[in-house]
Amino acid sequence: MNKILFKQQLSKDVFLMRIEAPLIAEERQAGQFIILQTDDDYGERIPLTIADASTEEGSITIIFQVVGKTTLALSLMKEGDELPALVGPLGKPTHIAQYGTVVCVGGGIGVAPLHPIAQALKKAGNKMIIIVGARNKELIILENKMKALADEFILCTDDGTAGRKALVTEPLKEICQREEKPGMVIAIGPPVMMKFCSLTTKPFNIPTQVSLNTIMVDGTGMCGGCRVNVGHEVKFVCVDGPEFDGHQVDFDNMMARLNSYKEIERKSHECFLNKIADAKMKEVVS
Amino acid sequence: MNTESKEVLSERAKELLVMYLEKAPTLKPKERAQIPAMEMPVQEPEERIHNLDEVALGYTMEEARVEALRCLQCVKRQCVDHCPIKIDIPRFIGQIASGEFQIAADIIKESSLLPAVCGRVCPQEVQCQSECTVGKAIKNMDKAVAIGRLERFVADWERMQGHVSIPEVKPETGKKVAVVGSGPAGLVVAADCRREGHHVTIFEALHKPGGVLRYGIPEFRLPNDIIDREVEVLAKMGVEFRMNYVVGRTRKLTDLIEKDGYDAVFVGTGAGLPLFMGIEGENLVGVFSANEYLTRANLMHAYEREKADTPIYPSKKVAVLGGGNVAMDSSRMAKRLGAEKVYVVYRRTETEMPARKEEVAHAKEEGIEFHFLQNAKRILGDENGKVKAIECLRYELGEPDSSGRRRPVEIPNSEFIMEVDTVIVAIGNGSNPLISQTTPDMKVTKRGNIVVDETQQTSMKRIFAGGDIVLGAATVILAMGEGRRAAAAINKMLAEESVKEM
Repeated sequence: MNKILFKQQLSKDVFLMRIEAPLIAEERQAGQFIILQTDDDYGERIPLTIADASTEEGSITIIFQVVGKTTLALSLMKEGDELPALVGPLGKPTHIAQYGTVVCVGGGIGVAPLHPIAQALKKAGNKMIIIVGARNKELIILENKMKALADEFILCTDDGTAGRKALVTEPLKEICQREEKPGMVIAIGPPVMMKFCSLTTKPFNIPTQVSLNTIMVDGTGMCGGCRVNVGHEVKFVCVDGPEFDGHQVDFDNMMARLNSYKEIERKSHECFLNKIADAKMKEVVS
Repeated sequence: MNTESKEVLSERAKELLVMYLEKAPTLKPKERAQIPAMEMPVQEPEERIHNLDEVALGYTMEEARVEALRCLQCVKRQCVDHCPIKIDIPRFIGQIASGEFQIAADIIKESSLLPAVCGRVCPQEVQCQSECTVGKAIKNMDKAVAIGRLERFVADWERMQGHVSIPEVKPETGKKVAVVGSGPAGLVVAADCRREGHHVTIFEALHKPGGVLRYGIPEFRLPNDIIDREVEVLAKMGVEFRMNYVVGRTRKLTDLIEKDGYDAVFVGTGAGLPLFMGIEGENLVGVFSANEYLTRANLMHAYEREKADTPIYPSKKVAVLGGGNVAMDSSRMAKRLGAEKVYVVYRRTETEMPARKEEVAHAKEEGIEFHFLQNAKRILGDENGKVKAIECLRYELGEPDSSGRRRPVEIPNSEFIMEVDTVIVAIGNGSNPLISQTTPDMKVTKRGNIVVDETQQTSMKRIFAGGDIVLGAATVILAMGEGRRAAAAINKMLAEESVKEM
């Protein structure tokens, strides 16, 4: 089974968990993801990127932000609890090569999936420029781990509470303008960030990879819920991705599709919050 | 289809049974063929569109026995010849007629471990029942002996007794067989190999077993509970199930043999890659593959809105594109999930529709509207990227094509708008690419179907394949037939190796 071996709260809504999964730990490569459920009868299947793995411990690390009912339920699980369903590693691994200089841009929770990719790129001998961004200081994760991989490290927040007060696209643009152009940009974060990173690098003709986290059900190519327009083609994120050429991805369509169930999801989340509050009240009263 | 309530049908069957049982021993074939065919009692349409319960309720004991009495016990057994897994049909039907239901169940189990499934979803009208002498004698093949319904009756009867007999398993051979995918083909291989005493592990990517039986076929045609029970029989025989295991990703196919010590592998990963039409607007919010729509509703329980975390799109007007059984399932599911209008849009006419007649009739009773000789040209969206309509074209039938069906030809300038908020694309499935992508040595066709020989062996040693991954999207029973053949080849190979080792 998939026991939760370790749990840590990284920021207000962000959690890190190491979960027992020896086979996945052995097979996984940078860029791949898992799908898990907190209940295998009525629970939802949610995709999460593998942030790290240990073959010695036989575990994988996931980092997730509480955004809805399932992530909330997951955040309430404790060390020693077992996940009823965890499947992976899914998706195609990142293509790791020697590009010269690579810029890795991570926004918010996107720094988690970016970390193993940056690690692999560093190992492949690339010069690493790493930009980490978040809305504010509280939401920055893995700062030190990323710094350790970077030849050049830039931190920015939207509100200026840490690092430079800027959106990640500002330093990205400056880097693109340098004489020694990067050979590759990898941007992982909220869809809107990936969209604007891609728009930033496009005029400079710098290849830009993004990692998409769309709605998925099975994660093995069977449902097609994750499909995106990439250039003139329709691709499935689960089997053709999750990484694509950012200059080709139709982000507006992808964002609209991500919101397909927004209203239902909001209600379900609220309903669950109320249930938790009720349970807590009962505990207090008794 | 039905005009009578289940009570009326049941009362009539009781009277007929008393009458014919007396005469039975002396009935001439001609007289026997004149015994009225028993209708299948069903849930009333007005009632069933508000629930997910089974539509067809199943025969009562009397209905089953009267229907069984219609069988002529032909010497030339055309029905068996047309059954992909060669169930001994006349023999089990004979036992039903005598009221020996347990014996009937055991006879079916000699060939099939999934009678409750097959009895419900096999297209009997084009297989066993297609050559039935009774149907021919009365010149109405719709009234052939209802073999499928009788099979279902026996399986349900046995389950209702609370005791399901477990087939015998030979002494352990020490050989290991891996089955990839727990759909109909895989389940048959598991059963057949386990019976020979081999250790069998089924690897399933999803969190519940059954494959397309679980995620594809809706509760109202095949209740999940039935799949659970049939899977339970396999588990009791000692078959090991490993859920959440994607062969190709969690472990490479070849690793199962090289690292994990399996002596043979069967690949039955199905046709799980939804095809789209390639028309404008297909990625708008509100367009789904039938696979996704049905998986949400079936596997993920989205129809139980209060309990399930997986949402399903709140549709009012739905267009289902396609004319197969999956299109019928999707349209009827949409209706049950609260859609006010559901249209099935199909480019040919009702005659060419690949869906089973019975399913089409049920859909019509439930108020599904059929739009024949029409097809979507593009899907139109609103300013938020959500579906607001489809633009359709009208067609007429031209000359027959290679499949023998008359080819639909579009009528120029016949465009018109159909207002819908949801489009479900049910035009078929390609082969799932995961195994071929991750197993470069495996020989596949241009379409990604695994190439096998007459024993279901692939181009790779010790690896066999069958079902939709070989056939392309076909039927449950054909997949089971392939599974049976593959299991026979695996069992033969392992037996020969055991002899050599001795």
